[in-house]
Amino acid sequence: MSIMVKVEEKLYQNRYIVDESRPHIQIKSVEACQSCEKQACTVCCPAACYSKNETGGVTLVTDGCLECGTCRVVCQDKGNIAWDYPRGGYGISYKFG
Amino acid sequence: MVEKFDAIVIGAGPSGNAATYTLAKQGLKVLQLERGEYPGAKNVQGGIMYAHELEKIIPDFRDDCPTERHIIEQRVWLLGDDSYVGTNYRSESFNSDKPNRYTIIRANIDKWWGEQIRKVGGLQICETTVTELIRDPSGKVIGVRTDREGGDIHADVVIMADGVNALLAKRAGLQGEAAPENVALAVKEILFIDPELIQQRFGIKEDEGVVIEIMGKVTKGMVGTAFLYTNKESLTIGIGCLISDFKNGDCPPYRMLEDLKKHPVIKPLIEGAEMKEYAAHMIPEGGYKAVPQLYGDGWMVVGDAAHFNNAAHREGSNLAMASGRMAAETVIELKAAGKGYSASNLAAYKKKLDDSFIMKDLKKYRELPGIMHGNKQFFGAYPDEITSAVHNWFTVDSVDKKTKEKQIMKSFIKRRSVMGLVGDAIKLVRAVR
Ligand SMILES: Cc1cc2nc3c(=O)[nH]c(=O)nc-3n(C[C@H](O)[C@H](O)[C@H](O)COP(=O)(O)OP(=O)(O)OC[C@H]3O[C@@H](n4cnc5c(N)ncnc54)[C@H](O)[C@@H]3O)c2cc1C
Ligand code: SF4
Repeated sequence: MSIMVKVEEKLYQNRYIVDESRPHIQIKSVEACQSCEKQACTVCCPAACYSKNETGGVTLVTDGCLECGTCRVVCQDKGNIAWDYPRGGYGISYKFG
Repeated sequence: MVEKFDAIVIGAGPSGNAATYTLAKQGLKVLQLERGEYPGAKNVQGGIMYAHELEKIIPDFRDDCPTERHIIEQRVWLLGDDSYVGTNYRSESFNSDKPNRYTIIRANIDKWWGEQIRKVGGLQICETTVTELIRDPSGKVIGVRTDREGGDIHADVVIMADGVNALLAKRAGLQGEAAPENVALAVKEILFIDPELIQQRFGIKEDEGVVIEIMGKVTKGMVGTAFLYTNKESLTIGIGCLISDFKNGDCPPYRMLEDLKKHPVIKPLIEGAEMKEYAAHMIPEGGYKAVPQLYGDGWMVVGDAAHFNNAAHREGSNLAMASGRMAAETVIELKAAGKGYSASNLAAYKKKLDDSFIMKDLKKYRELPGIMHGNKQFFGAYPDEITSAVHNWFTVDSVDKKTKEKQIMKSFIKRRSVMGLVGDAIKLVRAVR
């Protein structure tokens, strides 16, 4: 849990232009996550957007997303992530990069 | 009536900037589209920029390009649990009028590129995501669709400079998804700090910079490296490992970065600094074997989208700029010759790449990614053994040196059989030969 707090502190420093209620990444099938053994997205995402939930599945909150693409790459064998960029101008806006 | 350009460039990273600038300077009607709020808003770089390729495109770039420090010292460190063994190379001759490499802050450089592009008449539009390529019935690419209202734009040729995710080429079936062992994920932070402290801690003067490339136990046996770079008023610290390793492991990237920051030899260097941004980005590391189809009827791919990255030397932005320039020069030459942009004509771009350092270097190191991936001892057992060997050697404890030598060898061999050691040496030599 302490780790979660730390990522949030990190993400808090970043500038985001949020596209309200238009998440650019979506989990296609809840069931597919429930039967996924490793749920690697919950480990690999650098913004901790994915977390294991009580139903044995995965919850995705894209607010802190850094648009790196890692979740799409790790889930390609299952193909359970619909991954897109946010609309032009929205999302992470790095001041330094 | 759909507006028509000579060329459309997708992306305002170093590859797209080099291509757009080169085209605009020759008077072609070129449009560059960037999804970020401003150029650089989506881009991440550790922060070393090599001057040579930029100089070819903008010879007097040093007059106003917002670089940070020119690098006078390069360190390579192997970290143990609480130690490092390393090499430092510093030379006064790096203090020349025209330094060869600089630390940079990407957003500053990309904004500067935008100004240069406008100066030569190029058109750069931000806040616009290209959603797909438009093709004619024969399959030739004739333009792009964007997420703007009425957002179709036509061009004679489209240059995809959209970076490592390369969604457009993937969606159009022009390349496959990257395998997890062919891409690294890097996370980094920018830490602001009093420049005086940077100068003291690294033993440098005002404009001078030091960069440290780091290997060792901080990657927890995973294939990866870390870095610490000095900017004017900030330090950049980051770490990256192959995604296949993150996928099989249980350590999230941000925890790895925290551990790096807490490491006893790193901590004193960054102490007192204030973190102002946390970033993540993928790096294409599959090398030669991962390079996709690079051109076709009406299109070319450049930079990270083409997997042009030399992981062994941590070069990416210069390959990006060089490939962007070569794509643009191909377009300019074909136009001058009154030829079209068919796949067979655009093959001239591939020829330029093959004749350049880009393909030559990627080819030279083509076996390296596979070897690193299949031989984790380079990232786990070896850093451990090497740092403890050096520790043993430098500990004065009345054990005679011959016995020390034996202890060190024995320890190495215990971790990795003699044949294993020899085999590794051979593999490495072959890979970098
Ligand atoms: C942590 C890290 C450290 C690095 N360190 C170094 C280093 O020290 N030295 C070095 O030389 N290289 C380094 N690199 C590599 C270097 O950053 C890349 O090789 C280089 O940025 C590639 O340039 P590019 O133009 O091909 O792609 P990018 O810089 O990724 O640019 C792609 C651009 O396209 C835009 N885009 C993407 N899709 C669309 C779309 N559909 N519509 C509109 N716009 C789009 C993006 O917003 C972005 O601006 C590092 C990379 C990372 C991640
Ligand atoms: S794109 Fe990167 S930051 Fe965004 S959810 Fe996927 S892994 Fe996390």
